[in-house]
Amino acid sequence: MTRLLLAALLLGLFVLVWQGVASLESVDDLLVASPVETAEALYDEFDLLWDNALVTLVEVLLGLAVAVPLGVLLAVGMHLVRPLRDAAYPLLVASQAIPIVVLAPIFVLAFDYGIGPKIAIVALICFLPVTVNLLDGLRSVPPELLKLMRSLGASRLRSLRSVELPAALPSLFSGLKIAATVSVIGAVFGEWAGADEGLGRLVLLANNQLETPRVYAGTVLLTLMAVGLFLAVVAAERIACPWTRKEKLV
Amino acid sequence: MKAHLEAPVTEPLSLENVTRRYRGLTALAGVQLALRSGEVLAVIGPSGCGKSTLLELVAGLQEPDEGVVTVLGATSAAERRASCAYMPQRDLLLPWRDALDNAGLALECQGIRRAEARRRAAPLFERFGLAEFEHVRPAELSGGMRQRVAFLRTLLPGRPLLLLDEPFGALDSITRAAMQEWLAEALAQEPRTVLLVTHDVEEAIFLADRVAVLSPRPGRVVAQLDVQLPRPRSTTDPAFVELKRETLEALRT
Repeated sequence: MTRLLLAALLLGLFVLVWQGVASLESVDDLLVASPVETAEALYDEFDLLWDNALVTLVEVLLGLAVAVPLGVLLAVGMHLVRPLRDAAYPLLVASQAIPIVVLAPIFVLAFDYGIGPKIAIVALICFLPVTVNLLDGLRSVPPELLKLMRSLGASRLRSLRSVELPAALPSLFSGLKIAATVSVIGAVFGEWAGADEGLGRLVLLANNQLETPRVYAGTVLLTLMAVGLFLAVVAAERIACPWTRKEKLV
Repeated sequence: MKAHLEAPVTEPLSLENVTRRYRGLTALAGVQLALRSGEVLAVIGPSGCGKSTLLELVAGLQEPDEGVVTVLGATSAAERRASCAYMPQRDLLLPWRDALDNAGLALECQGIRRAEARRRAAPLFERFGLAEFEHVRPAELSGGMRQRVAFLRTLLPGRPLLLLDEPFGALDSITRAAMQEWLAEALAQEPRTVLLVTHDVEEAIFLADRVAVLSPRPGRVVAQLDVQLPRPRSTTDPAFVELKRETLEALRT
């Protein structure tokens, strides 16, 4: 509870400083929107913002729906098949070293203008944290435990199901938390590379039109979207891994 | 040795001239040991003498470089694994399973469904002083309780040979003493052939019918002492103390 209060206090302080700076005589209204102006934009243009937010949310969720199963399958495959791990690991890391800003237009060119490239970009930046974290979790099971399972006559699949996967579940959730936060960034980049709807595109457009309050309002919504996804993962983790719950997280 | 006269009964366990090396280090050198049916044999030795290696060889988790390990007439690792119930030093309970599911894990590994494994594990909780702890997760159990659950997990598949690797090594001395009494009682109720590895002389004499002493690395059997004391035993009994002195002497040479 105290922690929640402290976080709220810091946020309040931030908004206060923001309002103060934006209200300064020397600060142009076109350059910086104040919290009050942002709130007004959120209220007045809610329908526009909301419709576009839904488009982006769908891109994000579909991207995650592709990335998470793919990441899980890849991690389990790499865990079980050593040559696959050795072969795929460098490629995985390389896939993240490509700047997504550069990759996005290439995807839009290669596929089309619609939702496809956005899903692909979200999936591309989300599957790595899932794969790497889950793989680390699977590999961190103490060898004595696997030895015990072997002595109990467990098959490889039984060990995976009864020991390694449950043991790696908290690691999977760590990966999902990262994926949840970066997924929104991926969708925005995807929209910037070419789109006719979505919150990312709306923000970019509003920026060009010097509709500064709308830019800020869109950014706030994008942030809330990422925070919401993160909290959803936290909630899912608390349900799925009750044994890791030592104290309340939020 | 009566066994040679009454021939056809297969010995539960025999090690003949067993040698095991790791990267140039000899862990065990020509170990010669045999267990009679229903006997509790304690193997004792200084740390690093290859005690755990010995257990893993018997359990079918390792193969000897030389010599033969025979468990109930079988020599292949897979058959040895099928006849042995191995209890490692750490309890290795799964934190996401409650005590009953942890005890039932061994049964599930044999393809028995979880619900049935729970059903079979439940009566043992009553008998071994764990009633009302069935649905508790390991994190909420004390060290001694966890070790009991681990022991039930070992016992449940009903394998004839129990292999205990310093089962109470991680416990504080008060809990350890209580657990030794508990194990002696449990074995009286549920007689098994037991190979117990420990570095605690008192534990060995308290629990075993016979104590085999291993030398420092490379481990070999340097002495075997019969423990012919009535049970329940008392560590302060003069005969006990005398036996302890003899064992310690054998350890020193």
